Amino acid sequence: MSAAAPAPAGWHDCRDTFSKTVEALAESDPRIVTVVSDSVGSSKLVNFRKRWPERMVNVGIAEQTVVAVGAGLANGGKIPFVSAAACFLTARAMEQIKADIAYTNVNVKLIGQSSGVAYGELGPTHHSIEDMAWLRLLNNLTLIVPSDPWETEQAIRAAAALDGPVFIRVSRMPVPDLKRSNAKFEIGKAETLRDGDDLAIIANGVMVHRALAAAEALAADGIAARVINMSTVNPLDEATILEAAKTGAVVTVEEHSVRGGLGGAVAEVLATHDPVPMRILGFPGFLPTGSADWLLEHFHLNAAGIADAARQLLARK
Amino acid sequence: MTFPASAELRNDPVALIRDKALWIRRRSFQMVYEAQLGHPGGDFSAADVLATLYFGVLRHDPADPRHPTRDRFVMSKGHCTGAFYAVLAAAGFFPEAQLNTYMQPLSLLNGHPNRNYLPGVETNTGPLGHGLPVSVGIAIAGQIDNADYRTFVLTGDGELQEGSNWEAALTAGHRKLENLTLIIDRNRLQQGARTEETAGLDPLDDKWRAFGWQVEMVDGHDHRALYEVLSKSPKGRGKPLCVIANTFKGKGVSFMHDNVAWHHGVPNKEQYEQAMRELA
Repeated sequence: MSAAAPAPAGWHDCRDTFSKTVEALAESDPRIVTVVSDSVGSSKLVNFRKRWPERMVNVGIAEQTVVAVGAGLANGGKIPFVSAAACFLTARAMEQIKADIAYTNVNVKLIGQSSGVAYGELGPTHHSIEDMAWLRLLNNLTLIVPSDPWETEQAIRAAAALDGPVFIRVSRMPVPDLKRSNAKFEIGKAETLRDGDDLAIIANGVMVHRALAAAEALAADGIAARVINMSTVNPLDEATILEAAKTGAVVTVEEHSVRGGLGGAVAEVLATHDPVPMRILGFPGFLPTGSADWLLEHFHLNAAGIADAARQLLARK
Repeated sequence: MTFPASAELRNDPVALIRDKALWIRRRSFQMVYEAQLGHPGGDFSAADVLATLYFGVLRHDPADPRHPTRDRFVMSKGHCTGAFYAVLAAAGFFPEAQLNTYMQPLSLLNGHPNRNYLPGVETNTGPLGHGLPVSVGIAIAGQIDNADYRTFVLTGDGELQEGSNWEAALTAGHRKLENLTLIIDRNRLQQGARTEETAGLDPLDDKWRAFGWQVEMVDGHDHRALYEVLSKSPKGRGKPLCVIANTFKGKGVSFMHDNVAWHHGVPNKEQYEQAMRELA
């Protein structure tokens, strides 16, 4: 849909991981069903439909119903994975997510596909850079923003095993496999991918590998940046944030509005317990026309931009 | 699983339904009077439908309220908790004394029903247009499993102005959900005016037929008519069923009858006493 540049070799579209993982789960658990709003291809669920046509519920282009039907299926004992474009799934069906899913506290997994600015040139109607802010206010809704295929698979499996409502952001923007020395996923636990005590960079989703590249650039200047992957936004790993505050400076990076998302969540913790100089990197609001890659470059959400923000912040320490 | 309460009543439950409907009206009005909050007009238009469901139609077991094969009832018009909580208490889901806490601080009897507070509630409602789409999902789960439980949902009529209902209606018709029954409390009054003066719904039966539903029109205060249409087996119908229950807001009390002021009006002492005399 979006005219994105071809992915570098060895990079991945995490939607493929989502669909493969759901298929693997469905093989052993008949309660797993998928629910879509005409979003079969965009969710990479064509093969699921082929294998289990009776276990895919397609309600047509009807986001309120796709979410509510998910709630009803959970009432009937199913574990539904409701998969639709993040922009419509959240904005169009926010009251269903609030009342039918979160407040009722049902066992439904919402998959926000092609989140952030993945739809690039299609414009702000199709961007989903508000979803983290909207969703993290629902206190019992687990909210996960995975960074790469490994973490996407872990998040999907953890969501299926958790008896409760979960929202997972799945991007179509290609990402590399992150190098991990100690790969262990746990909902609500942040992951420190690189040690450093001069400042901390907290990122999630497609920004994590960019944050790591920024840390590499900073290291060349003798600056040791800690890089934290905050893939779970709710419940928030406050302990890791407060540890990060001990470095004396915190930069957050998200493929999301700077208002109320990961940066807002981290700022709430820091302002309450340990105010240290902070920068929130993300998008300012409705965005101009451009591809996803162009938007990330234009708004300095790249290694150079993150490193520059870090250097400026260090001057305030 | 056995459902002794309803099985016994299958012989001829109409007399019992009539008694329970009166009790629901009296008890819910007492709740509204004591809380000085509530939606008594809609409680009274829905009381006969609720009594018919719980004392003549639904397979349910208050001792095991989440049994997988229970019939589901979804109260989409979630503001009418006076009648809904009263019928749940009457059916044995929780002690009647709990009704005395209606809308008090920390009460489990919130102004709108919460499944995590009370047994017998299937989904949290309050915002309108939510019950039918969720019920469609429950019915699809039953369809996938080839289970024999039924799903019933009660909406208001003004509530049908919410577009979410029509999304769900399309899917229910498309999937031929014969295990799903929608009951519309057609009292023709919404919060501030008549439905037909606000955003008219007529011809309402034609709309549902056009969406692939079977439609039955009944007097929503006629217990026998309600019992017959709701208890009939859905097997082989091949369509979801929409029962348009023609009702009156405030039914049963002269000064409330068909009076929009009683959507969320609450009684003073004289009104309460007069209503109780009429509901004898």
